[in-house]
Amino acid sequence: MLDLKCGDEVFFSGKLYTARDQAHKRLVEALKKRRGLPIPLKGAIIYYCGPTKTPKGKVFGACGPTTSSRMDEFTPALLKSGVWGLIGKGGRSKEVISAIKKYQGVYFLALSGCAALLSKYVRKARPVAYKDLGPEAIYELEVENFPLIVGIDAKGRDIYAKK
Amino acid sequence: MKRISAAKIKNTVAGLSLKANFVLRPDVLAALKSAYKRERSSRAKGLLKAIIENAAVARRQNLAICQDTGMPCVFVELGQGVHITGNLKSAIQKGVEEGYRKGCLRDSIVKDPLKRGKPVFKPVIIHIDSVKGDKIRLTLMPKGFGCENKSQLRMFRPTASLEEIKKFIIEAVKSAGPDACPPYVVGVGIGGSADYACFLAKKALLRKLQTPNSKFQTELLKEINNLNIGPMGLGGKTTALAVNIETYPTHIAGLPVAVNISCHALRSATLVLSGAKE
Repeated sequence: MLDLKCGDEVFFSGKLYTARDQAHKRLVEALKKRRGLPIPLKGAIIYYCGPTKTPKGKVFGACGPTTSSRMDEFTPALLKSGVWGLIGKGGRSKEVISAIKKYQGVYFLALSGCAALLSKYVRKARPVAYKDLGPEAIYELEVENFPLIVGIDAKGRDIYAKK
Repeated sequence: MKRISAAKIKNTVAGLSLKANFVLRPDVLAALKSAYKRERSSRAKGLLKAIIENAAVARRQNLAICQDTGMPCVFVELGQGVHITGNLKSAIQKGVEEGYRKGCLRDSIVKDPLKRGKPVFKPVIIHIDSVKGDKIRLTLMPKGFGCENKSQLRMFRPTASLEEIKKFIIEAVKSAGPDACPPYVVGVGIGGSADYACFLAKKALLRKLQTPNSKFQTELLKEINNLNIGPMGLGGKTTALAVNIETYPTHIAGLPVAVNISCHALRSATLVLSGAKE
């Protein structure tokens, strides 16, 4: 996994957890207060996504990435607690880049603004935590060949770094 | 006077909610396709292709083009010769709620901006304008907040140069960078007051994507596209599909300029209702 390089295009199959603003706030509060966590963070991949509702007969609704930088203040704590992968859109702060390097994580870009297209790669979906947050609940997703681009690799190389 | 019932308005708004979220505007789609032809970098081309394909999937499968189905904004041009039976504003709110529920769209509105809480479908933002005639023109725009967050306003000196204004607009696009789903459509409001310039910048996005018709607009689009932000911020010639500008008279002491950036999923739908004779 560590030989993923910034700029690589990959297709991911496996498990993702959606989490965005409010779920991040709660997860980090729970870590601070040493409360139990609703999902296992060790090795987890977090997808910054708040889906639409799921239409009848479909596995999942439209589910593109949301702006990653809003999660920046929470991300180092999650990486420290074992989160491995992050998926979103747009750039990250210096602090996040160095935390990715320190904890050997990776930040992926998903196809931004392609929510209908991305829903086709979701095989299974179920809400697992913070259901009171509606679209901001944490969903466990099983995806197949989910298209991603490596945005920041474990060496701290950033696809958006000024050349 | 012509009569239009609140129920008809509600049903129309429900229909517009679905159309705006499922069917990408033809002018936006055309601009994306011509950008695809223009791009040379294979990554930018591939990303534009995915965006175009996304629009096709959304339309075919009645899925939202973007999961952020926005804080809907409804623009009403109300003819003075129209008599509405029932309550216009509550018809619009109910229409959006009905459409968003039917379309399995996202409940993205929190009632209290400070306490937040569980998101719901409404209320939406309503702009009502009184116009000549005996019809109602209804436009619904689901504006996502990834790009709404990149909005900017600056109150310039009345003696500010066009160069300064241009620089401000370009800097606004630069600071949105890769975050708000480029290629963008840049809405610009110039004149009026602080609040009105912001309104104009958003309203500019409703206009059909403009081919530049002034030196100012041509230079703006060219310089924005020279930023090399490109689709998804990964480089390319296409940073903006268009720069749409609305202007209004202003005060001798000021020159407000507002920028409202839209992601490539610029969505809106319009319908004109004619009334029945009273």
